Amino acid sequence: MTFELLPFLKSMLSVAGLSGYETPIRDVITPVWQELSDRTWVSSHGSLHAVRYGNGAEPRPKVMIAAHMDAIGLMVTGIEDGFLRITQVGGVDPRILPGQMVLVHGSNSGEIIELPGMVVMPPAHLLPKDGKGGTLPQKYLLVDTGLRAGEVDALIRVGDVISFATEPRELSGDTISGHTLDNRASVAATTVALDLLSRRKHLWDVIAVATAQEEVGGIGAMGSSFDIMPDFAIVIDVTFANGPGGGGVGVFDMGKTVPLTWGSCDHPALYNAMKATADEYEISVTRDFAPSGSGTDAYDVQVAQAGIPVVELGIPLRYMHTPVEVVSIKDIKRAGRLMAEFICDLPLDFMNSVRWE
Amino acid sequence: MARKVETSKKYSPKLGKKELNLLTRLSNALSVSGDEQEVREIVYEELKKFKDSMHTDAMGNVLVRREGTGNDRVRVMIAAHMDEVGMMLTKEDGDGLFEFVVIGGVDPRQLVGKPVIVGRSHIPGVIGAKAIHLTTKEEREQVLKVSSLRIDVGLGGSKLVEIGDRATFATSLAVLGPSLRGKALDDRLGVFNLIQLLKNAPENVDLLAAFTVQEELGLRGAKVAAYHFNPEIGIAMDSTPANDMPHFDGEVNPTHNTKLDGGPAIYLMDGATIGDRRLVKWLTETADAEKIPWQYRQPGRGGTDAGAIHKSRAGIPSVSVSVPQRYLHSPAGLVRIDDELNTLKLMHAALSRLDRSILNPQENK
Repeated sequence: MTFELLPFLKSMLSVAGLSGYETPIRDVITPVWQELSDRTWVSSHGSLHAVRYGNGAEPRPKVMIAAHMDAIGLMVTGIEDGFLRITQVGGVDPRILPGQMVLVHGSNSGEIIELPGMVVMPPAHLLPKDGKGGTLPQKYLLVDTGLRAGEVDALIRVGDVISFATEPRELSGDTISGHTLDNRASVAATTVALDLLSRRKHLWDVIAVATAQEEVGGIGAMGSSFDIMPDFAIVIDVTFANGPGGGGVGVFDMGKTVPLTWGSCDHPALYNAMKATADEYEISVTRDFAPSGSGTDAYDVQVAQAGIPVVELGIPLRYMHTPVEVVSIKDIKRAGRLMAEFICDLPLDFMNSVRWE
Repeated sequence: MARKVETSKKYSPKLGKKELNLLTRLSNALSVSGDEQEVREIVYEELKKFKDSMHTDAMGNVLVRREGTGNDRVRVMIAAHMDEVGMMLTKEDGDGLFEFVVIGGVDPRQLVGKPVIVGRSHIPGVIGAKAIHLTTKEEREQVLKVSSLRIDVGLGGSKLVEIGDRATFATSLAVLGPSLRGKALDDRLGVFNLIQLLKNAPENVDLLAAFTVQEELGLRGAKVAAYHFNPEIGIAMDSTPANDMPHFDGEVNPTHNTKLDGGPAIYLMDGATIGDRRLVKWLTETADAEKIPWQYRQPGRGGTDAGAIHKSRAGIPSVSVSVPQRYLHSPAGLVRIDDELNTLKLMHAALSRLDRSILNPQENK
């Protein structure tokens, strides 16, 4: 099986996998990573681990690449006359919800079934004053599955998860849109790196981790860091791209550069080493600022065990946490290549250079 | 004096593979008011056998005259509108981003975070939103104005997209158990039903079929279509809101307009038309006789092509019949397949028993 980026990415963008419910996405990643690694296993929280043993003599140092695979979404809190009331899993701006196509993960005789539905706004006269005209708070939104009340009661229960159903679509300029590009774009980049490494020599052991529960606070990454105990970690997650509604600190043009994070979570020696690799291979990198800590797995990886040095990359993404996120395919490939080059060039005594001056 | 009418053989509409395929093409088509070409083409393709008795008028309405063979046939105009609400690209911001305006009644709250299609080639685009991480609580309580939103077709833009192009939601028709979920079911269900009525037209009437344009911009196509046909009776086949949703506080919801599973909605009065009493009676009596479930649309605001037809020439008795639908003018509406098929069944049965005597002024009570 040769690894093909676009079909793999699209298949990842076509499945659910909310925080704590990652099985559907893990099942898509597992066979691809199995082909590109020596061994895979699943952590106690559901993160997927894949190790590629290095060519160096044992005991070999280990680098972990962490990219979270979980998705934001919704959960059923109540059922009323065939309509579902909802809450959110991870951060969802309720303004994007009305009219959104979703899949409700119900069950029929113990089997999980995906029931298509959509998030709907009741008309104004059915809402209290604070729901009229303006933004509709999530508590007043409903999900309609098109099923009659009796069928809904039989198939759906409070606590069932609801995923976004927006299909991945290729846009102009080698870009792609879909739900959960945060952070499956980074899982794709990690896979690009594994694919390159599978055809190259590397002295270090490489453990790729598709982490669980990042959107609810780095839960999967904490356990995986403890389990793997890497010498250092590369964390890759999406960051804000220039575009409508962009703006603010650390904003990047899509398709141009790899954001390299600089802040309290990032070991400066690793930053400098990664920057040097990028310069050597003429891969454009731009400093991304996270002065008081990153809102990524890096925050939790850094404080695992006795502390793990972290270097952090980004993929610029438009419309974060909407079901129509957009990234550039070039950015995914570029980030994947940078990680692979960096790992291939790691000498066995690399950690001696990861020092505070 | 009423006379016995020969009714044509029973017509039992169904939604088989062929019908679902047609409905899917109609629903997925991009046919925003003012640019109805895509649906017009589907109508022409479906109605090839009527090619000698159909034409496109000055506004873009497709008008089909299907004459029966019976004696003393009533001339019945039935209108279904081909247009849908949507958007038009108005300014390029560079890098594949476009400013746009809405066409027809689109709630801006429905636009945010949605996939769209642009222009005749259905070029994919998205309407994004600022990342939640970058917004303040105050911001999240403000409705995003259309002027702040952009359609994004991807880096560098597309040669196939330019300002002036229409856009709509990228929604594909889907069957959800007993329901259909799709965009522009207002009024592609009517277009679908009118095509079926033409193909199965009873012989006792002259069916004057108007596939109208610009309904969403003020019933403009129907106005000129009614003048052209000069019918004795006008009927608008449309879709009307079913607001049969729970009240936030669990109170009874008395103002549902219509309910799903209630059958075809017959109009007594909306914001544009008082339904002709004789025609309302004709429809409800037909439904009762044929054991077809039906409901009155709760009298209220809104309007259909009947609003234009009944004021045409010296005045044309008119009525509307709609398929009840939830969430009109949003990325997708939801209807019950039973309601859709019962609407078609009712219309066919009513036409089959139509007799000029129902227009007797004495019946108008």
